[in-house]
Amino acid sequence: MSSIDKSVTDSYRSGPDETGHFGIYGGRFVAETLMPLILNVEKSYRAACQDPNFQNEFDYYAEHYIGRPSPLYHAARLSEHLGGPKIYFKRDELNHTGAHKINNTLGQILLARRMKKTRIIAETGAGQHGVATATVCALFDLPCVVYMGETDIERQAPNVFRMKLLGAEVVPVTSGTGTLKDAMNEALRDWVANVDTTFYIIGTVAGPHPYPEMVRNFQSVIGNETREQILAAENRLPDCLVACIGGGSNAMGLFHPFLDHSDIRIIGVEAAGLGIDTGKHAASITGGQPGVLHGNRTFLLQTDDGQIIDAHSISAGLDYPGIGPEHSWLHETGRVEYVSITDHEALEAFQLCCQTEGIIPALEPAHALAHVMKIAGEFDQDQILVMNMCGRGDKDVFSVAEALGQQI
Amino acid sequence: MSAERLSDTRITRCFARLAERKSKAFVAFLTGGDPNFETSQQLICGLPAAGVDLIEIGIPFSDPMADGPAIQASSQRALRNGMTLAKTLDLVRIFRQTDNDTPIVLMGYYNPIYRYGADRFVQECVTAGADGLIIVDLPPEEDAELCEPALTAGLHWIRLVTPSTDDSRIDAVLHNVSGFVYYISVLGVTGTRLAMADHVEQAVERLRQYTDLPIAVGFGIKTPEHARSVAEHADGIVIGSAIVDLVKLNLDDQGHPKEALVSEVHEFVRQIAAGVSNG
Ligand SMILES: Cc1ncc(COP(=O)(O)O)c(C=O)c1O
Repeated sequence: MSSIDKSVTDSYRSGPDETGHFGIYGGRFVAETLMPLILNVEKSYRAACQDPNFQNEFDYYAEHYIGRPSPLYHAARLSEHLGGPKIYFKRDELNHTGAHKINNTLGQILLARRMKKTRIIAETGAGQHGVATATVCALFDLPCVVYMGETDIERQAPNVFRMKLLGAEVVPVTSGTGTLKDAMNEALRDWVANVDTTFYIIGTVAGPHPYPEMVRNFQSVIGNETREQILAAENRLPDCLVACIGGGSNAMGLFHPFLDHSDIRIIGVEAAGLGIDTGKHAASITGGQPGVLHGNRTFLLQTDDGQIIDAHSISAGLDYPGIGPEHSWLHETGRVEYVSITDHEALEAFQLCCQTEGIIPALEPAHALAHVMKIAGEFDQDQILVMNMCGRGDKDVFSVAEALGQQI
Repeated sequence: MSAERLSDTRITRCFARLAERKSKAFVAFLTGGDPNFETSQQLICGLPAAGVDLIEIGIPFSDPMADGPAIQASSQRALRNGMTLAKTLDLVRIFRQTDNDTPIVLMGYYNPIYRYGADRFVQECVTAGADGLIIVDLPPEEDAELCEPALTAGLHWIRLVTPSTDDSRIDAVLHNVSGFVYYISVLGVTGTRLAMADHVEQAVERLRQYTDLPIAVGFGIKTPEHARSVAEHADGIVIGSAIVDLVKLNLDDQGHPKEALVSEVHEFVRQIAAGVSNG
């Protein structure tokens, strides 16, 4: 075997294999009714990747519609306050619609158009992915149906209204426990019944192959820009990357281009909710076991009998009982560290960010920031840490006020 | 080796007996433990006397992604009342104490089995007296997970063939399948749409070009008349949601089974059976 072959197989960036596995994780655990559909998505995605027009189209809308590249910003006051490394924020919260989610919905809707699909479906928990999907559907004039758990519809009323303004139909899901996992089940059920017309835009690096790979690739725009920007600003790569993890798409997008730089410390932050030992959390790796759900094998919150347990987090966007399969593999190989942050710690970080940087972060990246606060002391001042500021906090002001016991 | 072992089983004998009588198989689905263990046991144990030829027991799962509202709800009822995979195997054991002929197929999703341990699960299926498995979210691409261990242990592996299974996929889908083929007559999830008899006729004809196995048709069959018309074109029919809905209809406001639940369900099953055998 030549040395080139070896470097390819030794890479952390070569997954998944042909059958969609990252080690034992990932795969295509779906009913036969879905199989022809996902094989077709895969085939069309591979063809699109060979076509320069597809990338050009993505780049065009990324620049002129989403507002990319997003800045890589040196958070000087925060860095000084924490007294640790030089902290940079990758500011995907400045994207159109206020989070990284639109990077992925743009990529997938362009694929759906190439496949001549005439109807889009999506699942959403917090409503961020639902809004990002409804947005691109309005842009490209495609009907959009968003499945959302009944419980979440109550918690996230402003996003429900946004989706409706954008012309989407929001379908309440009452099955199961009426949360994100059930919304995903319901979207899959819709898909098998509407095979010919419909494209399913999954909102994170989960689902059956090729979704984890495809969503990661669309989100890798985050890491690729970060790489260029940090080289321009510092003339070197960072020492540490930190991102929050719901399903893991913003994290995969930041991490992936850097995985083979073994001296970069990479950390994924899960939501510990009220604390891992309370059982009320959303930390699939820290507090779950491997299992099979939504088309892939990965770490899941589940009972000993293999029944899926609902996640809990103050941040609706992290409230998913699974995690993308590539993260499970990166955990198992030890390449990425997975840690968890409680609701309480995230709220502290949320407030600190408002006060020191004038940035109201979403509660999701507030988890990442809380971990940055914890580990800042482990770094020297000339070291560089990049945190993904993957969403803004406008959507969260009500829950934060409530958690802080304030009326607005 | 396994193929040979699987040539004389409760399932093959069942279809052979029916073929001799020129009769069709009535396959009934119930969720194990719905609405509770005891009632479920009475329901299942009474099925053969009510005219069922082959029993499918659903292993309850929190996230039954290929099922419609009726079977989702039945899974939830069973789980709420403490049903587990281990107890589903108990149901099979209890059934086998009094019936050593009626085939039992366990139907479910992979995660509970994966947690239980695939090898341990197939061993216990064999000792409990189950005859085959339908695991909805294990396509041929993932056969190494459970299908191959199951075949080695002497269990039939039954797969769903759907209207979207095109010619390029059908060989892969039928690979490793034995006992019978389960044709899903509608696109979508269980219980939501009606199967059309003329579609079924064409689909079964097409399938016969690829397999000599008996073909059972399911998804969307609700009435004795409907069962009869579909059975005309196939070797058997499967009814699930309509039975499970009847379980729900016979629960009181607290979700407890009413007095007549078991007899009502068995009476409905008897009517379907009459429809099928008149076919
Ligand atoms: C701002 C923000 N960050 C993170 C997430 C979690 O998703 P992921 O882990 O896929 O990035 C969400 C999901 O809604 C979100 O809105």
